Amino acid sequence: MRRIVLIITLCLVPFAGAGAVAVDESRLDDPAKEARARAIMKEIRCLVCQNQSIEDSNADLARDLRQIVRERVAAGASDDEVKAYLVARYGDWVLLNPPVNERTIVLWLAPAILVLIGAGLAFLYFRRRRSGGPQPLSAAERRRLDELLDEKDDRS
Amino acid sequence: MRAVYAIPVLVFAALAVALGVGLTLKPRVIPSALIGVPVPQFDLAPLYEDGRGLSGRDLADGEIKLVNFFASWCAPCRVEHDLLMRLAREEGMTIYGINYKDARQDAHRFLDRLGNPYSRIGVDRDGRVGIDWGVYGLPETYVIGPDGRILVKHVGPLFPDIVEEKFRPVMRRARQAAS
Repeated sequence: MRRIVLIITLCLVPFAGAGAVAVDESRLDDPAKEARARAIMKEIRCLVCQNQSIEDSNADLARDLRQIVRERVAAGASDDEVKAYLVARYGDWVLLNPPVNERTIVLWLAPAILVLIGAGLAFLYFRRRRSGGPQPLSAAERRRLDELLDEKDDRS
Repeated sequence: MRAVYAIPVLVFAALAVALGVGLTLKPRVIPSALIGVPVPQFDLAPLYEDGRGLSGRDLADGEIKLVNFFASWCAPCRVEHDLLMRLAREEGMTIYGINYKDARQDAHRFLDRLGNPYSRIGVDRDGRVGIDWGVYGLPETYVIGPDGRILVKHVGPLFPDIVEEKFRPVMRRARQAAS
């Protein structure tokens, strides 16, 4: 019993880091603003690590960008304005969620469209399978079948 | 052979082409959002007291020049430094430097040891000017037009073939347009 508890505890240890956030010395004094800044940071890509947000990246650039987000929020910028500030400098790729505009609408809709196509194809396939099942034998075919079965009985 | 059996083959072929093209792309290199845009406003102190600093106004001086973001702690910057020296000394190319997130003494030592190709060097101590340029990793080199617009950006160390294929055509065109 003790060994099981030990093993389970050891397996959970790696997840202890899941709550960790890169440590910053200078958070905003206003907790509401700090929370908003954090929410924005979660949507900004760290350009060094590229699969992390700046909120949980340890890269230097991520720390600089976090400061910039905090400064803009403290200065009263809206979420969109903060994001626009970064997009103006780094392009759309700095946002973890691509924007929804004419250029990216295909990207956003493609998974849904593909699922619909796949479901449609699957539906057609199964419909054909059910109606195309074995037809009842014709009279000639039944006679042939009897002949073959008789032959088989004779041989055995 | 029913024609509909060709559909998976076609889908696979299309996917193979798309993925094959994808293998040739470089997703870690982020294209600049500032091509064709005038350089951001900035004013940086000189690295050497008796030298010249760098500001946005210096870049709209009617000349075509390179701006190179460098630092003493940046290993690929050493790799490209010889090429920068050659371009500056032998071809007379105007190269301005921005010392990014570096300590002054370290930068001095770097240039003393490897040579100084820059006619102007601005010190971007906290990296904020770099962020305005869209810098995300050193070294980065920009070709700036006569009116101070960013024409080309190259991320990573500079090599002769990049100068030939990426920079020179643009610089030639800008020179013709200006004359």
